Amino acid sequence: MLWIVGRRVAQLVIVLLGVTLVVFTLIHLVPGDPVRTALGIRFNPAIYAALRQRAGLDKPLVVQYFSYLGHAVTGDLGVSFQTGQPVTQILFQRLPATLSLAITGMIIGVVIALPLGVLAAVRHDTWVDSGARVISQLGVSVPDFFIGTLLILAFTGTAGSLPPSGYVSLTANPLEWGRHVLLPALAVGLVAASILTRFIRTAVLDELGRDYVRTAAAKGIPARIVLRRHVMRNAFVPVLTVVGIQLASLLGGVIVVEVLFAWPGLGLLTYQAVEQRDYPVLQGTVLLIAAIFIVVNLLVDLLYAVVDPRISLR
Amino acid sequence: MTTSPTEFSEPVAVAAGNAPAGRPSAASARDVARVLLRRPLALGGLVWIGLMVVLALFGTLIAPSGENDVDVPHMLQGPSGLHWFGTDELGRDVLSRVIIAAQPSLEVSVVSVGFALVAGVLLGLLAGYYGRFADSFIMRCMDILFAFPVMLLAIAIVAVLGAGIGNAMIAIAVVYTPIFARITRASVLSVREDVYVRAAVSIGVPDREIITRHILPNVAGPVIVQTSLSLGFAILTEAALSFLGLGVQPPQPSWGGMLYEAQGFMQQAWWMAVFPGLAIVLTVLSFNLVGDALRDVLDPRRRTQLEAAARP
Amino acid sequence: MTEPVFSVRDLRVSVRTRRGLASIVNGVDLTVDPGRTLAIVGESGSGKSMTMLAATGLTPPGVDVDGSVRLLGTDLRTMRDRQLRAFRGRHVGFVFQDPLSSLNPLMTVGRQIGEAYQLLQGRSRADARRRSIELLDQVGIPEPEQRVDSYPHHFSGGMQQRVMIAMALACEPELIIADEATTALDVTIQAQVIDLVTQLQAKLGTSVIWITHDLSVVAGLADTVAVMYGGRIVEQAPVDELFERPVHPYTRALLAARPRIGDRSPLAAIPGSPPSPLQPPPGCAFYPRCSVRADARCATELPPLAPVGPGHLARTFYAGVADAVPGGSVS
Repeated sequence: MLWIVGRRVAQLVIVLLGVTLVVFTLIHLVPGDPVRTALGIRFNPAIYAALRQRAGLDKPLVVQYFSYLGHAVTGDLGVSFQTGQPVTQILFQRLPATLSLAITGMIIGVVIALPLGVLAAVRHDTWVDSGARVISQLGVSVPDFFIGTLLILAFTGTAGSLPPSGYVSLTANPLEWGRHVLLPALAVGLVAASILTRFIRTAVLDELGRDYVRTAAAKGIPARIVLRRHVMRNAFVPVLTVVGIQLASLLGGVIVVEVLFAWPGLGLLTYQAVEQRDYPVLQGTVLLIAAIFIVVNLLVDLLYAVVDPRISLR
Repeated sequence: MTTSPTEFSEPVAVAAGNAPAGRPSAASARDVARVLLRRPLALGGLVWIGLMVVLALFGTLIAPSGENDVDVPHMLQGPSGLHWFGTDELGRDVLSRVIIAAQPSLEVSVVSVGFALVAGVLLGLLAGYYGRFADSFIMRCMDILFAFPVMLLAIAIVAVLGAGIGNAMIAIAVVYTPIFARITRASVLSVREDVYVRAAVSIGVPDREIITRHILPNVAGPVIVQTSLSLGFAILTEAALSFLGLGVQPPQPSWGGMLYEAQGFMQQAWWMAVFPGLAIVLTVLSFNLVGDALRDVLDPRRRTQLEAAARP
Repeated sequence: MTEPVFSVRDLRVSVRTRRGLASIVNGVDLTVDPGRTLAIVGESGSGKSMTMLAATGLTPPGVDVDGSVRLLGTDLRTMRDRQLRAFRGRHVGFVFQDPLSSLNPLMTVGRQIGEAYQLLQGRSRADARRRSIELLDQVGIPEPEQRVDSYPHHFSGGMQQRVMIAMALACEPELIIADEATTALDVTIQAQVIDLVTQLQAKLGTSVIWITHDLSVVAGLADTVAVMYGGRIVEQAPVDELFERPVHPYTRALLAARPRIGDRSPLAAIPGSPPSPLQPPPGCAFYPRCSVRADARCATELPPLAPVGPGHLARTFYAGVADAVPGGSVS
């Protein structure tokens, strides 16, 4: 058991290192001089020199990489080319907003997808199933910023009373936070629900077809209890896996929604960093989001090992 | 006339629960046509895609106006007999812009997925067939790419290379390569151990021949399915990039870009956002529906399940 | 004359497939008396499993079932699904072919065994656990108090099947249906499982329906044997009578096809394959593969199931000399 964990963690470290390499390379792919490009018309020789120094851009590539790595491990991800603020600080300022949006969106997604997916599986080959599949097909095909746009059209301005943008921290004022998070979370959640519905349907359908379900029915266990106790419990882990992975990829996927709703999270930060050519900040957000993604994937993998008694035997 | 004894093996319940062993019959073009005909939605999707291709190729000829025919006095007018989709803030005909925008959207999608396909399949073949070091190395690299959420990596690549349609293609191609690699590798692995392949290897058939004759046909199915799906998602990614100003650059119209431009005029002109958005949705949906239908025909595992379920 | 535990009258099962209507079971009559064992024998495709699944209401949707089924005097076919489930759970125990997939891999053996006992008879979880331990002991699993908390994959194939049997016995059913219960097991384990069932049956007075394709299994445990082919019963007799005086050419061919120790002649396999449920042949279903073909009516007329001896029915026009099968009867 420990062996499995050890191996997975080792794999994670390798992938994480690879990620840092990619992220590190990004800044060096910029045609021309990244600092000069960033400063643009605000070019000032002193600042330029200072930034280049701070970013260590004059040293040989290999040295730069290890220096970057070394700093990253201690939490130093450089400073913003625009504001001079430490990147790590900026990241952690923006993280809560993204987390609250992603998690809320995910909750909405699960609340919609779970009953829909189970229903579609239990009543499969009926119109309920076909309907659910069409809806989920549709949901997957719609860009989240389009849903967001439609939501804005429908519920803000003269049509409704929800704010089209802006942010209030959850801890500061839950009610206002709620009003502000609702539309973006819906935009995110509806798309997530579509993806989840398909998975849940498939997972439940798979379990329903298994022999032990027939055994349970033969034993006389009422259908509802079979569904809850045998099917859902066995489908739980695959479903949770997908939810976890979805959540992790949402962290990157909310970028466009955050831009649309001016939601000050990591996504909006990424966009602003791109606009302002603030490469250290860009590197920082990419690294953080990718790292979270990898870690969540690992946790989800380990979940399997913990929950499935068959695996601990190995 | 004589049917195989196991064809109607009972009971149905058992057959439905466990997929039978053995390779399913190979799919033919006729099978594909049959599945598509039986699914009106997938057929509709195919028709829509065809329509989009026509628009992409001949959009400028078909559209009633040019994409940049500015007509300020008639700006922000709702859908009417003259302008079916209304006009935007510069008085341009939205219908024409939507039609003409089909071209860059499809172009980006096709080109980037094309590259991803070629690169991914090649990598997958190498990894799956030669195994060991090549496999570990290539798949680790793919894992690293997989570690980034799609949008994030695409944005980052375009950010450093510079905004523009070409760089958007590069970004999407890079981001979509790993999935093709993974699918190809899985198919290769499943066939590589088959007896007839090992026999061929043992009698000295050259690698290239083994790959083209035995392995590629097995790979083709899932890859084709994935291609259809990826074409759809690439359109979504491209639209998002254009929405952020990183893809197709104005004044060239793109559906994502039009959605962005519509932001400032939401309350006054809903048609500026809704129609380009619908174009995206319908096109991506079409690729998904076709891809799903193809999957039922071409993906060996799915076919096995379906064939089992069709037996009494 | 006691009321039979289980009786089936004119059972018909068909499925609508893309290629037409498939008739899987074409009019089957069966009876099982209390404490007796009925064996249903046939090849894959004969409809033997489907008969039992259909009779007990375990067929998947899309399958049409017709005919009358009575369990302990109650008509099963008129019951609503919920009632049927409860009734079936209380009075019938099932043992299926593949124990590993028939058991929930994520639930302990004890909980699975005691589940029906707890739910259907309103017992507490503690009671159910006690019952599970008791049953595990009865089926011969060592250290039941420890094993009750194990998972199915911790057991070997033979042990898993014992667990299935324990599960089937949990509510003290009057009838046990074993569908190819030993097919997936090694021969030696098979013998053990068969012994176990026979012992339990003697002790508890349960009736057993044993579905199998293997005649050698039948000899040791059945009272009555019904041979199925093409969705119909083609011969039915008390076990000794069947083995000593088989009448139907199919039964005779089956008996002749059994390998015998020391016999070096080639296996007498039956040529051809079972009929397709989509296109049942007119007349006797076995006719295309029959080496006897004694009567002109065989090809065109379906023979009725007619008495040919004491308690012995056969569906054939071949009322030939019921001579002994070469090599003697049973073993």
